[in-house]
Amino acid sequence: MPSFEPVLLARIAKPNSAKLETYRADGGYEALKKALAMTPVDVTTLVKDSVLRGRGGAGFPAGLKWTFLPKDHPGPIYLCVNADESEPGTFNNRILMELDPHQLIEGIAIACYAIKSEKAYLYLRYEYGRSYRVLDAAIKECYAAGLLGKNILGTGFNLDIVLHRGAAAYICGEETGLIESLEGKRAWPRIKPPFPAIEGLFRKPTIVNNVETLCCVTHILNRGSEWFKSIGVPPDPANPRDLGSYGPKLYCISGHVNKPGCVELPLGVTARELIDEHAGGVWKGRKAKAVVPGGISMGFLSADELDTPLDFNGPGKAGCLGLGTAAVVVVDDQTSMVDVLYNCCRFMSHESCGQCTPCREGTSWMTKILERIRAGHGKMEDLDTLTEVAGSMGIIPGTTICGLSDGAAWPVKNAIKKFRGDFEEYISSGRRSVTSAQELMAGAH
Amino acid sequence: MPTAIINNQPLELKPGEQLNCIQAAQRIGYEIPSYCWHPALSVVASCRMCLVEVGDTKPDGTVVMQPKLVPGCQTPVKEGTVVIADSEKVKAAQKATLEYLLLNHPLDCPTCDQAGECFLQDYSYKYGRGYSRLQEPKNIKPDKDHIGENITLFTDRCIMCTRCVRFTREVSGTSELQVVSRGSAEQIDIFPGIPCDNKLAGNVVDLCPVGALCSKDFLYQQRVWWLKTTKSVCPGCSTGCSVDVDQNEDQLYRLTPRSNPMSQGDFMCDEGRFGWKYIHSDQRLTFPARRKNGEVRTRDWDDIIPSLQKALTKAVAKAPEKCAAVFSPWMTVEEAYMLASYLRGLSPKVKLALGPVKTVGEDDTYPKDFYGKPMEPVKFTIRAEKAPNRRGVQMVLNHFAGAATTLGDLAADGAAGKLEAIYLVGGDPTGWLEPQQATGLGKAALVILQDFMPSAISDRADFMLTGGSFAERDGSFVNYKGLAQEIGRAIRGPDGTRPDGRILWDLTGRRGLFNAAAVRKEMAEKIPAFAAFAQGSLSDFGVLLNEHGAPEPHVVVKA
Repeated sequence: MPSFEPVLLARIAKPNSAKLETYRADGGYEALKKALAMTPVDVTTLVKDSVLRGRGGAGFPAGLKWTFLPKDHPGPIYLCVNADESEPGTFNNRILMELDPHQLIEGIAIACYAIKSEKAYLYLRYEYGRSYRVLDAAIKECYAAGLLGKNILGTGFNLDIVLHRGAAAYICGEETGLIESLEGKRAWPRIKPPFPAIEGLFRKPTIVNNVETLCCVTHILNRGSEWFKSIGVPPDPANPRDLGSYGPKLYCISGHVNKPGCVELPLGVTARELIDEHAGGVWKGRKAKAVVPGGISMGFLSADELDTPLDFNGPGKAGCLGLGTAAVVVVDDQTSMVDVLYNCCRFMSHESCGQCTPCREGTSWMTKILERIRAGHGKMEDLDTLTEVAGSMGIIPGTTICGLSDGAAWPVKNAIKKFRGDFEEYISSGRRSVTSAQELMAGAH
Repeated sequence: MPTAIINNQPLELKPGEQLNCIQAAQRIGYEIPSYCWHPALSVVASCRMCLVEVGDTKPDGTVVMQPKLVPGCQTPVKEGTVVIADSEKVKAAQKATLEYLLLNHPLDCPTCDQAGECFLQDYSYKYGRGYSRLQEPKNIKPDKDHIGENITLFTDRCIMCTRCVRFTREVSGTSELQVVSRGSAEQIDIFPGIPCDNKLAGNVVDLCPVGALCSKDFLYQQRVWWLKTTKSVCPGCSTGCSVDVDQNEDQLYRLTPRSNPMSQGDFMCDEGRFGWKYIHSDQRLTFPARRKNGEVRTRDWDDIIPSLQKALTKAVAKAPEKCAAVFSPWMTVEEAYMLASYLRGLSPKVKLALGPVKTVGEDDTYPKDFYGKPMEPVKFTIRAEKAPNRRGVQMVLNHFAGAATTLGDLAADGAAGKLEAIYLVGGDPTGWLEPQQATGLGKAALVILQDFMPSAISDRADFMLTGGSFAERDGSFVNYKGLAQEIGRAIRGPDGTRPDGRILWDLTGRRGLFNAAAVRKEMAEKIPAFAAFAQGSLSDFGVLLNEHGAPEPHVVVKA
């Protein structure tokens, strides 16, 4: 693969990268000027032609989503920026927001112009305090410089950005959960249809896009859709529904590696390449046992599957749910999958919003079973129970209102299928990861 | 006509009708189990009990099924929709959902009030598995007795259907109940210090499909399978909520709203729900009496009725214009008709008056916002007029050209010695006669009182006819908008009392046993406004009378 020049992360190492001054010196807000000289329809078409797929997890084409808005709607139309980045192992949005906020704000402005929105809500994860301060300062700079507010750059385009901090809940990253939370309600995802593009925030047409997606929009405007499509992998001819995985992607690498971090690479890099070339290999000279391709709700790749390309198509072929957020978590060969899976289930059980019965009860039940196995009281039939519970909690397309249930069930199904030996060995050897009831309880929250 | 296919059976849809899969399946007599869905509340599709297979018929006639199961409550049934609600896939999903719901449920059915009318029991029996595979301890959540003055919450029985939460948000509007915490730790709760005490709060107990929300009034009083249910109407106000009266061995235990789209909808207010206690009051008039000069001569009905007939005939013959009757808005239309036609049969000059109709404040509409301000659209109204049948009695009196006088005028007549005989009908358990009125009326030569609670005149009455409460009578009430609904005799009153209908049936010289339907048929023939009574029995939802040319008379209520 030819060497790749980072685009999204190009500026993060520069001094004062978050300042408007430096951003403009690097050619910032030129893309916005370019967009404002075009018609909104042309901007949408450009993004649609680039086949930019959403970076938030589902991989839905962003430009296509914009076209779902009702035609000639009197407004208001809203843009919600999903910055509630809470999938375990994911921290790419945080880097973008903390170190290059204007790239995001420019992307927001372009997107709002394209969808004829005059108000954007940036829903920020509560824990990202620094992101909040940086974004807040950047937005104020923009207002002062006439890049936000009324009559932007003298074109008559108005835009306000509202920076909103969530209250620390994973479910607020689900787009309708985010909308409910923004409206001041409990973040219970809505039943669909109607989809947000038809009836979203405050019952108005709403587009929800991820931070990284919007950052990509800035560069697509600057460099064109052909440039974007020159990066990444074309559609898989064997899969007529694959649209291709184009563009640069931020991969977050964490877990048992020597050099965890976030790297920008063209879509389609393999897990092995990521670990060995970009993360300094598995730590302590060990081997990888399992790799999470994109956040724990996507499932696991086994050691044999490390050559899977991490694009929108690849992990699915290896039995995972998808690329997700491209948050790669590496598990070394000294770690029991029982403990890994327990950690996943505990998280999902804690974060289930509790609206749908299968998710509310299933996540906590699976956690209880794994707690028992880890306390040394596991039985072989527990594995079948776990598989069956995970099976009835949801299959894609799921049987619950949102995808959390599927995401909670998938790692269980995946782990028991791919690493059954680990579980059987753990149960039959009478191993325990917790030694007392107190520890068991302490670990539960 | 658009046609959908439900479980391989065709279902014709009426134009403009919006049905979901559950309602469509009901039409062909198939029950799709559900917990969170309720016709009067918004759809949340969260219990996942009503998952069904749904498909569409394409123009070329092929059916394309959706690959996943969808909630029936959320899925509209349209032309060409195919619903399969009894496949193995659906049954497996129902079984799994029920296992989830029972996972942390305490299974304390033996001590649970809901047992016997519990959807968890019913659906587990029909669709569930016989055992739970959970080996770990169940979640235990604290019971919340403080949740309301009349309601209590057994938190661990709750299945989080959120019907109660949606009720307080959408119907009462007061939003006291909410979901707190997350995932399997989730609970229904109130904001500290703001209990669920709105005037419609009792409905959350009926809405609860399991035994989580219980009525403190009914708690541990009866097993529900001992209760016998009679269809009736709440007499608390002129809304005339359709209710079920639940009793066992002549002891009334509870009133629950009976769903009636023609009347109030699905709910009732707490005033009506808990306001029936006077029925078992120890103050009740329990024996009839014939008195002479204040002394009781007999308490035997077989003596009293013929003596009364003689006394009335004599008084009317003496001075018909000095004879009068006061009709209560708590009478049924049948009772009013029998009494009015009897007295007018004695002489057309007998005066007929409508007794006092109590009003308290103004009509109280719901939903209300947190500060008590009413909101549109109105979903429930507690009416200011605190009597069940003012309109029906008025219609009867209109026919007999009565209501030309009032209780006040009659009392003045009595005080002036211008009354020969007065027939008073009470029935308002909250009292209806003021002391000076009683004094005036008491000066009549012949005082006849038909009532079931003591009043200022009950000791003076020459004839004391002990009647019954609404739960002890057959008949019909006409509500504020002219809807006539039957009330049924649920219990027998104390010894010595008789249903008012029976007293009047005997007094008016009819043969056999009192039969409200027969009186209604007679009314349909005699009074055009009651033509809709021709069938005798009114349907479960009642019959609207104002469609048949009976305009709402303008009544100025004088007490």
